[in-house]
Amino acid sequence: MTTRIADRRPAALQLFLTGFLVLWLIIAAFPFLWTLWGSFKVEGDFFSKADWMNALTGPLTQAETGAAFTGAGYWGAWVQEEFWRAALNTLIVVVSVVCISLTFGTLGGYALSRSPYRYAFWLLIVALVFRAMPPITLVSGYLLPFFQWNLWGHLPTAIIVLVAINQPFTLWMLTSFFRNIPKDLDESAMVDGCSRFQAFRHVIIPVMWPGVITTGLFSFLLAYNDFAVTAMLLSKENQTMVPKIASFLGTTQTKGNVMFAVSSVVSVTAPLFLLVLFFQRQIVSGLTAGAVKG
Amino acid sequence: MKHRTFLWFMLPSATAMVLFIALPIVSVLIQSVYAPHEQVIREVENCTLFGCTTSTVIDQEATRALREAEPLGRFVGTAIYTDRNHLALSQIGALWSASSGIGDFTGKLLNLPFYGALAFTLTYTALVTPLSIILGFVIALSVNAVPRLMRGPMIFVSLLPMIVTPLVGALILFWMVDARGILGAAMQALAGDPDLSVKASTPLMWAMLIVYGIWSSAPFAFVVYYAGLQTVPQDSLESAMIDGASRWERIRYVVIPHLVPLTTFMALIKIMDNFRVFEPIVSFNAAAHAQSLSFFIYSDLGGETRLLSSAAATSVLTILGVVILLSPVLVRTWRSFGKGAA
Amino acid sequence: MTISMKGLALSALLGATALSPSAGLAADCGIEAGRVSIVGNEFPAIKTVAAAAADCANAEVKANLTADHQKINLPGMQGNPAEYTSAIIATSSIVALMNEDVIRPLDDLVAALGQDIPKQQLITIDGRVMAVGFMANAQHLVYRKDVLEQVGLEPPKTYEEMLAAAEKIRAAGIMQNPVGGAYAAGWNLAQEFVNMYTGMGGEFFEPGTPNVSVNNDKGVAALEMMKALSGYMNPDFLTHDSNATSAEWEAGNVALMNMWGSRTGVLMDAEGSAPEVHTNTMVGAPMKVGGGDTPATTLWWDGWTVARNISDEDAAATFLAMKHATSPAILNDETMGQAVWMIAGYEPAPVNAGVMQTMTMGAKPYPMLPYMGLLHTALGDNLADYLTGKEDAATALADVEAAYVAAAREKGFLQ
Repeated sequence: MTTRIADRRPAALQLFLTGFLVLWLIIAAFPFLWTLWGSFKVEGDFFSKADWMNALTGPLTQAETGAAFTGAGYWGAWVQEEFWRAALNTLIVVVSVVCISLTFGTLGGYALSRSPYRYAFWLLIVALVFRAMPPITLVSGYLLPFFQWNLWGHLPTAIIVLVAINQPFTLWMLTSFFRNIPKDLDESAMVDGCSRFQAFRHVIIPVMWPGVITTGLFSFLLAYNDFAVTAMLLSKENQTMVPKIASFLGTTQTKGNVMFAVSSVVSVTAPLFLLVLFFQRQIVSGLTAGAVKG
Repeated sequence: MKHRTFLWFMLPSATAMVLFIALPIVSVLIQSVYAPHEQVIREVENCTLFGCTTSTVIDQEATRALREAEPLGRFVGTAIYTDRNHLALSQIGALWSASSGIGDFTGKLLNLPFYGALAFTLTYTALVTPLSIILGFVIALSVNAVPRLMRGPMIFVSLLPMIVTPLVGALILFWMVDARGILGAAMQALAGDPDLSVKASTPLMWAMLIVYGIWSSAPFAFVVYYAGLQTVPQDSLESAMIDGASRWERIRYVVIPHLVPLTTFMALIKIMDNFRVFEPIVSFNAAAHAQSLSFFIYSDLGGETRLLSSAAATSVLTILGVVILLSPVLVRTWRSFGKGAA
Repeated sequence: MTISMKGLALSALLGATALSPSAGLAADCGIEAGRVSIVGNEFPAIKTVAAAAADCANAEVKANLTADHQKINLPGMQGNPAEYTSAIIATSSIVALMNEDVIRPLDDLVAALGQDIPKQQLITIDGRVMAVGFMANAQHLVYRKDVLEQVGLEPPKTYEEMLAAAEKIRAAGIMQNPVGGAYAAGWNLAQEFVNMYTGMGGEFFEPGTPNVSVNNDKGVAALEMMKALSGYMNPDFLTHDSNATSAEWEAGNVALMNMWGSRTGVLMDAEGSAPEVHTNTMVGAPMKVGGGDTPATTLWWDGWTVARNISDEDAAATFLAMKHATSPAILNDETMGQAVWMIAGYEPAPVNAGVMQTMTMGAKPYPMLPYMGLLHTALGDNLADYLTGKEDAATALADVEAAYVAAAREKGFLQ
């Protein structure tokens, strides 16, 4: 691979950047690596109030399990507490949220980017104001009508709520992205006799993927990490991972359950690693083709 | 684009937002100007596992008729907005006339819950927003400088603060910064003070919340900037080099202007998110030292007796606060939109 | 895509029933038909109750046990028919359900189906049975036998003695911060104030009215005692809830604390702490303070209720299922230690001695007043300013009263 001329840096700068990067990677990864290590210990060691060195040496793990490491947290979470059900629910929620919000968002974002009228701007502003609403107020407002109309507790309800809450962000990102796709593309298609929708389908969709995937990453993370909506709107059997982890912690932390939470967090990070590796080219080329415009 | 076509394209997205955001906002607005009916209290005898005591209950029969006549409650106008737990207008007036000077007045003002929370929220927003954006920018520059093959894992590691569920992430960090945790012990060693405890002092707690905020939101800025850097037009860079522009000049006149729109977008989103800060306060049990508007909503809704009107009023004030903070950015966007549309 | 998604969702639904009855025989609770849906907090004793209810034959039993139960139980019972047919609640949380009139009086059901429930378990409010209690809880002394022996002291009977003991332990160089306590700002801190103020003999309200009265000598004395105690606590005490306090205990950093009876089982078992800590952990009676006769603690009960907005058939099924779930049938070696069960046949284990003593010493129950929740929140939000030294005790209490008055005005308790 040839380096472009403009990419060449003076050695001092390169050194500084590399040093900074190493430092950042340590800061970013340290809590996670610490958790990874600690997930094979017992709670008394990992959350030791006596001495933090216990998390490394693990005297209580040795005393209670007879070995330096224990897989009890993983066994408890996945086998005893059936964490895989929550993982499955999360998969359904996340895939649906990403697909639906991207479908809604690309249609809306495309329209907003192509409309010459002022109301398009105002719509974007209104969407932004919508986003300012604290989610916790929204969710507590949903409870009563949802219970009344028997919508509470089902996965589709949580999915559509997450899609709606995520729409303002999705619209903003995709609108800016579509603005950077030259108008001539779809307009020349329309001169050739395509309708607006045909132009969108045949001309825009093929070139829009990079931006859509970047937006999708953020939708994914939102749905994946959401606690406010899923904890309050889903019944026990439809519970997703994050509320399940919260229930391991509970109000009164039952002994050992805290380690279920820790090991669940560790074990669900692995698929994300693969996901990021798989999509990193797209993430990058995503904003490559169309940078976000304020 | 024709109005009609526009409508069809917007329909799914707009419907979702109207149903699940706009309608709730309207109901919150209504809720904030109504309060529950005056309650009729009656003395009664309660018997539990531990014997009988005299107590009081709400007379349900007496209030039922009132409730059915006016299901929304009693109209109180802006009374909730101006009461002591929110804007506290009359209390401020009294404080102003009673206090000896500006310093005294400010101290007492910050003791009022709304203004105390506002002080923390604004400090947090003012520091976390720019610092996390700058940190994200430098990370993006650094990752951009390593060979392509290594970038994938580095992107993943850099995203970790954003990926690990805040629920558990904060729990672990809470333990780490404990006086006996690894970070707490490290800080004690660095400061040379064996009694130093982050969780016991208000300034250190603020600092910790802010550092956590920067740490957890830098990855967002990083991803956006990193992608932005890939799009810097190479032709412009190279022609600038041929024209003899120095490294700094190229950054100043080519790279930065290219990244300005990204920065505006991120500032918009981040100001909004930081103004609504709430999760770290709960996770770090920091309520003794720092509170925020969203934390008030959480405690109004999570208490044993829920204060719905109060939570609604605080939510409306939060939205107004966000709009005020964003207005400079919005004016900018308005101008650039004008240009784009022309 | 859509179809396969639906298939996935369906199989997840079919696969997951919240509390599928254990493979054994279903219990005969006398239910003919009906729907039972329980909402409650999530800890082992409540899980036992929910699982026992799920064993009942002929009923469709679901349970949603979650830490957020207080946020969803009210809306979940306001619909018609209500999603939840029963809410498991405690002394303080029944008030919110009563204030909104969503639970039904149980007199008819008790007369027809519940003659075998001991009278003592029936929680009556204004002469009507509103709930059935099944367990008790209270905060009381927990101490380290070995540490007190080292300094030659008996377990403290008052908070004043606790301070003296703490000073001796510190002076002897055994522990730097020998006192523990759940003083986390918010609910926990307010609860500690409620204890101390009760011990001082204070009244929270003018009798029979919602007019608050905590800004007085007793309130100041209670706060001063709390501040004196905090001087012997880990400096982070304002962030320590009962979980963190228990962790401090297990690490052997603390020798004296006022702790929930429900948490002592964990402290005395062999897991999570060194042998010298758990073998020397003892529970004692609650302490008194300021020369008062009432122990500085409050008694709590947990109980179940039946929703108003459900059919009579569902109400009967719920009543029977919950009656079964809190009957002597649930007591076995495993469940016996989970709580202080207020059920016939319960034998207190040593860990439960503290709660039993609290009851015999005449401690007061936590006030079951419609506006107590508002005061509790106001206390939790404002007392930390005094303990951090930002303001004096009277100012903090004045702030509490002002915050309470604003909230009570909004709720319509005060004009």
